[in-house]
Amino acid sequence: MPSNSYLFLLIFTGVAVTFPLAPLALAWLWRHFFQPPKPGPNKNATYECGIEATGEARVQFKSQYYIYCIIFLIFDVEAIFLIPFAVAFTSIPVGAFIGVMIFLLLLVEGLVWAWSKGCMNWTA
Amino acid sequence: MEATSQIDEGLKNELKTQGIFVISMGELYNWGRRNSLWPLQFGLACCAIEMIAAAASRYDLARFGGEVFRPSPRQADLMIVAGTVTKKMAPQVVRLYNQMPDPKYVIAMGACAISGGPFKQGYNVLKGIDRYIPVDVHIPGCPPKPEALLHAFMELQKKIDGQKLSGPGRAEHLDPARPGEFPVPAFGAHDLEPPANPELFRPPVMERK
Repeated sequence: MPSNSYLFLLIFTGVAVTFPLAPLALAWLWRHFFQPPKPGPNKNATYECGIEATGEARVQFKSQYYIYCIIFLIFDVEAIFLIPFAVAFTSIPVGAFIGVMIFLLLLVEGLVWAWSKGCMNWTA
Repeated sequence: MEATSQIDEGLKNELKTQGIFVISMGELYNWGRRNSLWPLQFGLACCAIEMIAAAASRYDLARFGGEVFRPSPRQADLMIVAGTVTKKMAPQVVRLYNQMPDPKYVIAMGACAISGGPFKQGYNVLKGIDRYIPVDVHIPGCPPKPEALLHAFMELQKKIDGQKLSGPGRAEHLDPARPGEFPVPAFGAHDLEPPANPELFRPPVMERK
């Protein structure tokens, strides 16, 4: 059947739409005809941990935390780079060793800069 | 939607021997929901350990369709009150019960959940969760063994199986007059207020002769 070789796509789309919609429709019909709705302030509450929510959902975070996070991320990634370096330490040429040392130096430089800027000072 | 079919029992059994099952829609519906009871995943005290054991491989609650412990009340059908309900915890339990969608069922597991148990005299312990929410099955024991929880589960399934879905005497959750939420007790100066839901909790009056 070369003329309708794409027919199965159409059928598949139909099945893919019907399959999730049919149970939803059945549930809706059931609710509509048999189940009396019983909403309430507790049932419609946003949180479901049993404790009543207090205050606003909007809270302000200290932007300093963001800098702290970025620094953590950089050194986290650095650690991943250092693991292959440490594993292959005894068998790498001098050039590679110097390359990694320069990479480390750049990072230490960044750390010194961040430190002198007061980024590590949590209470400031 | 009758839970009991109108068809003759003898004919039904005759057909069953031929491999033909005749059931009503109501029976099918009840069969489906009694075998897919999803408990709310929370434990209050040591009974919860027995509940965990009942859900684990040795006792295997999955045989009864109850292994899907839900961490959200919105997805749960069954609340297993497993353990001591302190007065600090009671409002949360009632609120979680209120947040469960109908139809919902409660198993009060263990001496503490049904009456306060060994801590009944304690100032901080609720003397039974049935003071605030309707309990379907009470299991005594301190703690009840997993077999006892399985027994309670089967009793609950029996109850669901017998529930009518329409007409007078239908299941409670289908009655529009029945409230969907029960009042959450508040922390008062000395005790929870109210100390019990008077519409729900009618303790037997002891007659002394």
